[in-house]
Amino acid sequence: MSSSTTKLFRRCAMAMIVIASTAFAADAGGPAPAFTLAALSGGQSGLSQYKGQVIMVNFWATWCGPCQQEMPLLDQMYKKYKPAGFTLIGVNVDKEAPAVKELLARKPVSFPVLLDPANQVSKAYHVDEMPSSVIIDRKGEIRYIHRGYKPGDENDYQDRIRQLIRE
Amino acid sequence: MAVVTALLLVRATSADVLPDDRADLFYSKYSGGGMDITGESVLVRKKFTEDFALEASYFVDKVSGASIDVLSQASQIKDERKQKSGTAEYVHDKTTYSLSFINSVERDYKSDTTSFSLKQDMFGDLTTLTVGYAHTDDAVGENNGTAFVPVIAWLGHAQSNSYNVGLSQILTKNWIAGLNVNVITDNGYLANPYRSIRYLDSSNPKGYSLGSQVYPDTRTSTAVQAEAKYYLPYRAALTGSYRYFRDTWGIVGNTYEMDYTHPLKNIWILEGRLRFYKQNQATFYSDLFPFADSQNFMARDQDLAASENTTIGAKVTYAFLPDGWKMFKRGTATFDVSRISFHYLDFRNIKYYGVPDYLPGTEPLYFFNATVYQIYMSMFF
Amino acid sequence: MRRVRPVLLVGVMLLMSACSSIQPWVKPYERDRLADPIMAWDRDAISSAYLDHIREAREGSRGATGSAGGGCGCN
Repeated sequence: MSSSTTKLFRRCAMAMIVIASTAFAADAGGPAPAFTLAALSGGQSGLSQYKGQVIMVNFWATWCGPCQQEMPLLDQMYKKYKPAGFTLIGVNVDKEAPAVKELLARKPVSFPVLLDPANQVSKAYHVDEMPSSVIIDRKGEIRYIHRGYKPGDENDYQDRIRQLIRE
Repeated sequence: MAVVTALLLVRATSADVLPDDRADLFYSKYSGGGMDITGESVLVRKKFTEDFALEASYFVDKVSGASIDVLSQASQIKDERKQKSGTAEYVHDKTTYSLSFINSVERDYKSDTTSFSLKQDMFGDLTTLTVGYAHTDDAVGENNGTAFVPVIAWLGHAQSNSYNVGLSQILTKNWIAGLNVNVITDNGYLANPYRSIRYLDSSNPKGYSLGSQVYPDTRTSTAVQAEAKYYLPYRAALTGSYRYFRDTWGIVGNTYEMDYTHPLKNIWILEGRLRFYKQNQATFYSDLFPFADSQNFMARDQDLAASENTTIGAKVTYAFLPDGWKMFKRGTATFDVSRISFHYLDFRNIKYYGVPDYLPGTEPLYFFNATVYQIYMSMFF
Repeated sequence: MRRVRPVLLVGVMLLMSACSSIQPWVKPYERDRLADPIMAWDRDAISSAYLDHIREAREGSRGATGSAGGGCGCN
């Protein structure tokens, strides 16, 4: 390749990297969109109910393997940090409620589970990976978005939650 | 041969997450064309970390009977094939790397295949690109003794290189489509030593004499398969596929397949399939050559004849542990039956028909039906 | 060819950057049907491998018999 082509190549590669990275930019740093959804246990619930607390919104589905894997760990984390002003909201994206009820009957969790069958909340939060965990601080700002789940990630969640509780 | 590469390219997963651990016990029986073949297999798959899994399987095929080509009454086939295979898979981000080894041994045939493939998820996990390569080494022999007292003569070696590229695309929430291209090049001893050609010979009371096949020592083939799966609103899946095959031996093959899968709650899955295959003959194939050594290359192997076959199959899967039990996530038992009817368009049945009722070249075309049963149990954990 | 090369390079770069900005039209939370086991290309690998093996032993055709992809798309 001639030197002019090499320069062009380098410039294009840089441009591409910039464009690519902006396409995958997180929404961290903005206010968490408010929402109200039907709760699995009955009635309605939403983000506003937990104002002033550190909140983790976990988007999950019955058909998603990694989501099932992290549920028991999320439950443990919820029980542990609840007294310190932390709450975990599970937002389920299944199209039909029966499968969700059936799964939670077999493997219950203690944190609130809300249903988002129309995917309005998932869209508002720009969910681009399953599962996704959005960590919101006491002021209602999104501080961190964790995409996917691999064993060991729960340590990451705990570090961030502890950090926000201390603020 | 290329037979074993088919066993490798069948794997299908969602790339970012390795499939569940499983153990399968499998039994099959093929009956048709004078042959009875039973197959038994065990497969185990385990994840050692979230990113790394190993799979191993052992397969035993037992063949008995006499196929249409076994013209001398003395040699009934009774043979056993043992196959061992191991696969390692590693996932990193959106890429899955896979390395496999397969070793297949029977009295008169040995085959070793090594293959490597890479699978990449792209564009929001809607597109999956797969690239693979496999290399096979075979040793071809012939049993000149009997089924019970074998005398094996090793005739030669064959090598095969298989290159495949696949693209799978999610079209909508209900549709997924795939396209696969597979180029295979073989060289070496490519003939089946048990087949013979025949040529017109008035000095023989049968009207023909048998002769040796002469095969080219290379073969290159290209296969392209397009398939699509559609989710029906009431919860069922419909699959359609078409494969076009063409090689340097002049064979063009077309495969059409359709599949319907219907689950009942979380317990039963019913499946029905229909497959139609048609091919023309290889350029150097003939059922009856005009005289001895009439061509440079000559074959009378039914695989290279012009033929059609139709398969109707049904499969029932029962989840006896639908929600798991202790360490098992799920347990299923499956029964699968296929009925295949083969028709040859230029391969004649000379085993049962001949002079004086039928002059050479006028014997009825060969056809037969085969039934394949499969029973297997799968435990997921 | 020397003039064409930079043009091809820019073309590929633009295409790739355009592709990276295409938002997936099936969102991860809309993959419930695709994640259904009945939508897997191959539910029982041993069984399909065995049927393929039977066919390849009797037909002149071989190859191109498997697709990957689809599913939950998780992680």
